[in-house]
Amino acid sequence: MPSTAPRMRPGPKAASPSKKTVMFAPDIILAAVLNGLMTGSVYALIALGLTLVYGVLHIINFAHGATLTAAMFAVYVAQTMLAIDPYVALVPITLLFFVLGYGVQRFVIGPASHGEDRNILLVTLGLSIVIENAMLSIFRSDTRSIDVPYAFESIDLGFTFLALPRVAAFGVALLVALLLGLLLTTTDTGRAIRAVAKEKTGAALAGIDVAHIYAVTFGLGAACVAIAACLLMPTFYVTPRAGNAFVLVAFTIVVLGGMGSIPGALLGALFIGVVESLCGLFFGESLGQIGIFLIFILVLLVKPTGLFGARA
Amino acid sequence: MLEVRGLIAGYGGTDVLRGIDLDVAPGEIVAVLGANGVGKTTLNRALSGLIAPRAGTIRFLGEAIGGRKPAAIVSAGLIHVPEGRRIFPNMSVRDNLVLGSYRRGKPARQNNLERIFALFPRLRERSAQAAGTLSGGEQQMLAIGRGLMGEPRLIILDEPSLGLSPLLVEEMFTLIARIAADGLAVMLVEQNVVQSLELASRAYVLENGRIVAAGPAAEIAADPALKHAYLGL
Ligand SMILES: Nc1ncnc2c1ncn2[C@@H]1O[C@H](COP(=O)(O)OP(=O)(O)O)[C@@H](O)[C@H]1O
Ligand SMILES: [Mg+2]
Repeated sequence: MPSTAPRMRPGPKAASPSKKTVMFAPDIILAAVLNGLMTGSVYALIALGLTLVYGVLHIINFAHGATLTAAMFAVYVAQTMLAIDPYVALVPITLLFFVLGYGVQRFVIGPASHGEDRNILLVTLGLSIVIENAMLSIFRSDTRSIDVPYAFESIDLGFTFLALPRVAAFGVALLVALLLGLLLTTTDTGRAIRAVAKEKTGAALAGIDVAHIYAVTFGLGAACVAIAACLLMPTFYVTPRAGNAFVLVAFTIVVLGGMGSIPGALLGALFIGVVESLCGLFFGESLGQIGIFLIFILVLLVKPTGLFGARA
Repeated sequence: MLEVRGLIAGYGGTDVLRGIDLDVAPGEIVAVLGANGVGKTTLNRALSGLIAPRAGTIRFLGEAIGGRKPAAIVSAGLIHVPEGRRIFPNMSVRDNLVLGSYRRGKPARQNNLERIFALFPRLRERSAQAAGTLSGGEQQMLAIGRGLMGEPRLIILDEPSLGLSPLLVEEMFTLIARIAADGLAVMLVEQNVVQSLELASRAYVLENGRIVAAGPAAEIAADPALKHAYLGL
């Protein structure tokens, strides 16, 4: 696991204290919790995309990880070749990925699945292979990262420093989650998405174009990972498989939060971020993810419908 | 307003409907009767675009609608209130109704909502409640209300009295009469033969994917052999 596990580059002076002496100092634990929340907020975006697509199309989007990778490369290309800062690129890349997601579902996955939801799953699996290989052939398997002037800026809280890009990621991720929630609850399209999720036939008979709503949902899922990519790249690197490790964690979160539950994904992601950070603190950074998978297995054994917002 | 000719439709390898001819005139109540499994719901699904016809034509208000998407057929004014209600259980009664006007302009919505609340005062009382917590009869009213929110010219009701207590069945038939009194055409698919024939002006009897009898409701009601053979009476 350690070789594939996504680990943020630690903020300055934040993680990895000399463990034996100060392990239980409250300041350090609090710092680890804050760092965990910041990591969790980015997980949340990835998990939101996954759970949204699951909730509406009732399939796991196997191309989610590859989409994240592609978005990270898009950020990389924007920064290195076009000199566009990731935070500036956020809006156009998000729109681009929404449109791509919409188009792929509407014109490729939808027609190829002949109205059977389970075929969609297979098509997304095929798609992930195509995207990954395209990335491999274009970018080779090198690890690439971008240089931004603020990468090591930090905010001094007195007892710890928080890396500025990660604080920004936290703020943007929570804002996006809030906007997504508002979209789903207050707009016509949002109501239509929720209607299709629960009752596809009823939705079609109410005049909702189900193929369009499927595509919008897929587009939103892609937009979520595109935002995540913009928030990750200032402190992370990309390889042609970088997205998969994140999506593995996101999948854990989606199960934990209750498949298809938006608040569950958000809370689950923050929780998992903190678990990972604390486990990293107590057991060493390379074991941070062990805690996630232990909790995952425990939840599957004890409460398979998820910890939060569980629905049958 | 609705003209169906030679309609064939089905699932997978089998044709369930094997050549249906059927008409509904504006403002008329037409009953479609038949035992369980003869293809009544399949007919509705083909008319509303949930399944594509394999052969035959469906014309509605002069337009060929066969094979169009459900959303387009709803826009054209043909609305199908499905068997089993198919409401959105986790959404409020009001949101369920508002979604019924999805294809209509926002200004029309409030009018439609007022109209439906006047017709179903119970739904107004419960407008903020989650639809899944309504009683069976209320859910059926919500399903019909959602259908009416789409401003249909023809509404197809698939077994609206299914699972209701005898008292509520009475209420449901009274209500259908009121809806039709507004000039709306109703295609009523029912197993409640006696009451449907009292309400409808004409009726079709389905058996094994074909129409085996058609005519004025009174004539069908007066034919004991027919009722015995196909309607279990
Ligand atoms: N989704 C489906 N897939 C395959 N066969 C179906 C499906 N729905 C109905 N059928 C079959 O079609 C026939 C007619 O069903 P249906 O139209 O529901 O009858 P009715 O509404 O008159 O009770 C039945 O034999 C039923 O088993
Ligand atoms: Mg039926």
